[in-house]
Order: sequence, then C-alpha cells, then structure tokens
Amino acid sequence: MADNKKKKLTPVQQQYQELAKQHEPQRPVLKNCLRAFVSGGLICLLGQAIQQMFIHWGGFNEKKAGDPTVAVLILISVILTSMGVYDKIAQWSGAGTAVPVTGFANTMASSAIEHRSEGLVLGVGAKMFKLAGPVIVFGTVAAFIVGILHWIFG
Amino acid sequence: MLRGHQSWEFQNKPVLLATATVVGPMEGQGPLGDDFDIVHEDLMLGQKSWEQAERTLLEEAVKLAVENAGLTKEQVQFFVGGDLTNQLISNSFAARSLTIPFIGVFGACSTSMESLALAAQLVDSGAASYVVAGTCSHNATAEKQFRYPTEYGAQKPPTAQHTVTGAGAAVVAPKGDGPVIARATIGRVVDMGIKDPFNMGAAMAPAAVDTIQTHLREFDLPPGYYDLIVTGDLAKVGYEIANDLFERNGVPLGQTQFADCGMMIYDYETQQVQAGASGCACSAVVTYGHLLKRMWRGEIRRLLVVATGSLLSPISYQQGESIPCIAHAVALENPE
Repeated sequence: MADNKKKKLTPVQQQYQELAKQHEPQRPVLKNCLRAFVSGGLICLLGQAIQQMFIHWGGFNEKKAGDPTVAVLILISVILTSMGVYDKIAQWSGAGTAVPVTGFANTMASSAIEHRSEGLVLGVGAKMFKLAGPVIVFGTVAAFIVGILHWIFG
Repeated sequence: MLRGHQSWEFQNKPVLLATATVVGPMEGQGPLGDDFDIVHEDLMLGQKSWEQAERTLLEEAVKLAVENAGLTKEQVQFFVGGDLTNQLISNSFAARSLTIPFIGVFGACSTSMESLALAAQLVDSGAASYVVAGTCSHNATAEKQFRYPTEYGAQKPPTAQHTVTGAGAAVVAPKGDGPVIARATIGRVVDMGIKDPFNMGAAMAPAAVDTIQTHLREFDLPPGYYDLIVTGDLAKVGYEIANDLFERNGVPLGQTQFADCGMMIYDYETQQVQAGASGCACSAVVTYGHLLKRMWRGEIRRLLVVATGSLLSPISYQQGESIPCIAHAVALENPE
C-alpha cells in the first residue's frame, strides 16, 4: 500500500515527504491511550452510578435501567456540547469521550447547532447526521453481516 | 514593471497609506493583542451566523482603514479582496455594503499579499489612485467548511493549526506617509503531494521557499537586504521545514531574521492552538497590525511578507487529492 502510494509521486515529492515526515511531531499515542482510558472509564463509572440510582430509587430492574441511563448520559453530553465545553474536554480525552454514547450524542448535537443558521429543515434536519450518519450506516451493515454469520454457524 | 519572470518592481513607489485590523477574542488575548485596532469579545459579533460575523469583521476593517487614510469610501476606486468561504461570500457581501467597485481574488491564506500586490500594481500603473486591499477569516466558518462542526469533540493532532478570527485591510495610494510597497513576487502553485489537511504547514513550506528564493533571485538581492522575512501561516511544523529547505538549498538566511506570522499571534503556553495559527487573517492582521507598527517605530526598515495559502477544497481532499499551495511576496520599505 505504502509503496503503491509512493509510485504516484515524483522523486522530488518523495524526497520532500521524507523530509516533512522528520519534522512532523508524532501524536503522543501512549499519552492519548492513557487519557482515553481514564476519561472513558470515568464516563462508564458515571453511567454505572446513574444506572444504580435508577435501580435503587427508580424502581427499574437491571435490564430496564439501561435505557434511562443512556438517556441521561446523552442529555449531559448535549448540554456540555451546547455550552461549548465538550470539544475542550475531548481535545484532552480523545477516544475517551468519542467512543461512549456521549461521543455519538456530541456528533449529532454539534452538527445540529452548527447548521441551525441554514434553517430547521435543510440545516438542522438534513445535516444533523453529517457525522453520525456513517456510524449508523456501517453499524447496521456490520450488524447485518454478524447476523448472517450467526444464522449460518448457529 | 516586470522583473525577471514573475516579479513586479513598483517604480512609482506606491505607499501603504493606512491599515486597520479587527480580531476576535482569542487573538485579542494573544501576545499581539495591543497591536490590533478593534478586538471583539464575542465570536458572533452580535450577528445571527458565523458567516455574517466574518463579513462584519471585514466591513469594519475596510471602513476603518479608509477612515485612517483620511479618505471617504467614494474616493477609493477599487476594493481587492478574498477569503476562504465558498464563492468568497464574506468579501462580496462586504463589498455590497461598502459599495466600492470590487475585484474578488482567491488565494486562500495567501490572499492578504495577493490582494496587496494587485492593489499596488493598480496604483503604480495609474489604473487607480486609491485602492483598498482586504481579507478576512473566521475560525468557526473555516472549521465548518473545511473540517468538523465547531463543537464536535475530535482530538486535533499536534500538526493542526488554529484559524485566526479577524480581518485586515490596507489602503494603497500613489504617495503619502507610510511604507513604500517596493516590489512583489507572484508565486507559482507548488504541490509536494501532502494530503493531510491537518498538516498545512508541511504542505505550504515548499511554496514559501520557492517564492522567497525566486524573489531574491529575480531582484538579485541577498536575504540580508531585508531586516525581516516573514511567512504567512506555516506555523511550527512548516517553519522548521522551510528552515531546513533553505539550508539544503544553500540560501544564507542567517543574514536576516526569518519568522512566521502563524507563530506570533497566539501564546502556545496558554492557548490551545497545536502548531500555530492559519487563515487569511493571520498574515493580514500580523502584518497590518503588529509588523507595520514595528516599521513605524523604525525597528524594521525593510520587510518581506510572504503569505502562504493552501489551495484545497473540502471536495478535493475528500477525493484524495493532494494539497496545491502558493505563496505571494510583497516587500515593504520605510522611505529613506
């Protein structure tokens, strides 16, 4: 793959890209992983606490308590997005805030806010799924494939 | 007058009569905050959309520049300007309310010097007596158009740059008090095959180097002729690459000061800007605000501003195309 890409470049371009690569600061992968672990873990811990609250005081059983818990997490994420805080937290946490359900809520809320100026239908309605759309599409496709495999192999 | 292959020598010595800079809150809090004419505390500027806010920045800058020049807008023949928004709406909508005959140009972040070079050429050739050159960018409109929604929580890599919210405008006149626009070099498009829109500095550095070397060659000047050579928005990554390229090409850049506007406007310690600043307004507000003040104080006598631009579109990079880049150089000199 990498060789294939290089073939399309002239020797001068290849030489330059090697030079540019040397000056490119690397993403701090280890630090990012640790931060994602901590922040993602904290969100899950919060989710767990909310779920326990619904079980203890809300009269839900463990299975049923999942739905209102997700709703509360989404609400928190949307409020933080609207206040302009979520993206600041996300720069620190990376995947930690992107992977949980809060990240999904953030993609939809941020797109909706961003395109509000273009109207409710063509702005909010149409562009709300700009970032969340691919997740839904490929999530469904993946589920379909897994479903077929499950059906074949039992 | 044409000099060499792609440079202009302005023989009638047009002057930069007056400038104006308008910036947003982050730029106002940065190290150059005091050098800007108007600092807005609200990123929306009290408007209904980011796009309207961007246009307002430019309207204010142009109006103030014309006022600072002691002129009325009726005396200005042409307004040369451009920005990053699709179809240049910030500039054309601003031109609608300014009612100055308008020449729209697109050079992405190199627009500041592209418009200034053209304005100087118009005045130098006698095609106009007063021309205003202006450009603007807004962090939120640029993010919205080129990247993700502003509130979307995507982690930016260390090579990413922060688009400046602001506008800069300059009035060019045949004579008067102010630095002389001595010469300009129009850049050619250079593409080194960089595809990452989060690494614009690396994409633009070769264009900046190409234009600076061409400029020095065509005017037969050593780098030391200038007190300061400043690039537009290469930021940390691009700046280091440019230094490396000059060294490899044997350009004795040690004779002069070499700096980058994208590394001046924000405080790396306290402001989250990754590699530095970018955007049309970056070179415009740093040059028209900060660097010109230094020229007036006599700290810089000869200045070469090389504004750099990435000529990509959201479609082109999604289709996997590389990023073509350009740089335009304009030389400003204090009269002897």
